[in-house]
Amino acid sequence: MVEVEKIRKEFPELGETVYGKPLVYLDNAATSQRPLSVIRKWTELSTKYNANLHRAVHHIADIATTEYEQTRDAVRAYLNADSREEIIFTSGATAALNLVAYSFGEAFLNPGDDIIVSEAEHHSNIVPWQLLCDRKGARLKVLPVDDSGHLRLDLLPDLLTPRTKLLSVAHISNVLGLINPIKEIVNICHSNNCAVLADGAQGIVHERVDVQDLGCDFYVFSGHKVYAAPGTGVLYGRREWLEQMPPFLSGGEMIGTVRWSGTTFAPLPQKFEAGTQNMAGIPTLRAALQMADEMRNTRTEAALNEVKEFILNALLSNPKIHLFGNPVSSEEKIPLFSFSVEHCHHEDLALILDKMGIAVRSGQMCAEPLMDRFGVTGMVRASFAPYNTLEEAKYFIKSLDRAINMLEG
Amino acid sequence: MKTLQEVQNDIVEEFSMYDEWLDKYEYLIDLGKNLEPFPDELKTDDRLIKGCQSRVWLDTRAEGENLFFRADSDAIITKGIISLLVGVYSGRTAREIADDDFSFVERLGLRENLSPTRSNGLASMIATIRETAKKHC
Ligand SMILES: Cc1ncc(COP(=O)(O)O)c(C=O)c1O
Repeated sequence: MVEVEKIRKEFPELGETVYGKPLVYLDNAATSQRPLSVIRKWTELSTKYNANLHRAVHHIADIATTEYEQTRDAVRAYLNADSREEIIFTSGATAALNLVAYSFGEAFLNPGDDIIVSEAEHHSNIVPWQLLCDRKGARLKVLPVDDSGHLRLDLLPDLLTPRTKLLSVAHISNVLGLINPIKEIVNICHSNNCAVLADGAQGIVHERVDVQDLGCDFYVFSGHKVYAAPGTGVLYGRREWLEQMPPFLSGGEMIGTVRWSGTTFAPLPQKFEAGTQNMAGIPTLRAALQMADEMRNTRTEAALNEVKEFILNALLSNPKIHLFGNPVSSEEKIPLFSFSVEHCHHEDLALILDKMGIAVRSGQMCAEPLMDRFGVTGMVRASFAPYNTLEEAKYFIKSLDRAINMLEG
Repeated sequence: MKTLQEVQNDIVEEFSMYDEWLDKYEYLIDLGKNLEPFPDELKTDDRLIKGCQSRVWLDTRAEGENLFFRADSDAIITKGIISLLVGVYSGRTAREIADDDFSFVERLGLRENLSPTRSNGLASMIATIRETAKKHC
């Protein structure tokens, strides 16, 4: 517990109050809070070393560029990617998904081909593929989930055809909180010559990701959900693919030479980093991933597991509550809980919890097809981070009971 | 019959008796639960008010110069708020409603008591009632 309290001090937002009550922040899956190390790096680069990258020879530009490029090395090491050229910085997971949908699509997708996504995807991992398929005359196919929220992997072999070029799936769904068996999916897909993209927006936060071990062709995530500055993100792509893909955005930085007769492109990774990058934000990824590791190693996994078990038991033992994403064993679930309550609207619950100082998410959670699948207009989601305490978890359950009583009463 | 002003003053006074937000919510929840039932066949897309997180339906009936409102929502606190609005404006003339400045909503303090998304919903409800009245003037 001491460790958790110590870690909480690193996150200034956690000390805030709302309506005179201590803020209990349980909307971590939407965005995490940021530690001082990240805020300091962000401020330092904005106040002492604010210069554009790669372009100038002067001192502060050199430092800014070094910070940025060292972050690429740090991210490569963190993900265990084969080379730094495979790490592309973007503004977030959505931007990375759009990049792959466009550039992979341009290079490899033909009319009559198909792409697969799961039924449990975030809109950001649906719409870019829909647009791509519309553009190319290709088909978007959907891998369903079962009632407990697990992917129907048994249906995957039949969905895959010689014309399936790519399958894009969340490493961990932002609604169900179940860790998807990426390795198994990769095995099935690769034996069918189908590439795999894992959307790691939630995965990077709760799993120690090794892209070579996972075996996926692409892995994307946003910085802001894993303690870094907003407007930062990462695309990992296997070099063979990235080399063959045309640029997405074009303009400054991504070029080799520009002549009226034609333009050549910069080598990886600059080929995919057109225009001025988020030079104060990207280097915070290094501090953020360090923090993620530190919390994983010190605290405290045990303490977070305790929180998870507590909430899981409390929700499952209440007959009025329906939990979406019901794990076979708790190891496959992250501390993210989406649920509905009989006779209580998700918005009413979130509104009352808000007044008790608890920040949860309510609504469709950017996954409308999944809401339709479960026949609901929305859900309540409480998502925990390693800095959340067991006391907060208990207060949440107590407050939820109280809110339910108020609405039923 | 009380004037529109008087009805509004009554409601503001009643609502201000509750100091605690929790009591205010309980009051709204009660109002929501006691709202006149809304027939399912009226829950059509053209009666849906846009801009709310929950679904809100508003039905308007004109009798001579007077407008009668019925409404529903799948969220109970929203339903309570609608109930307040319906209670104030239903049965009034289109002219009265169109000329009203809706400032009693400010006096209720609903905006401070509701989260921003809910305030948007509230704004949409008010705009819809006002537009409807204008059309009937
Ligand atoms: C699974 C998943 N994919 C993609 C995204 C999109 O991330 P961003 O909005 O940061 O680009 C999110 C964020 O909510 C997510 O949870």
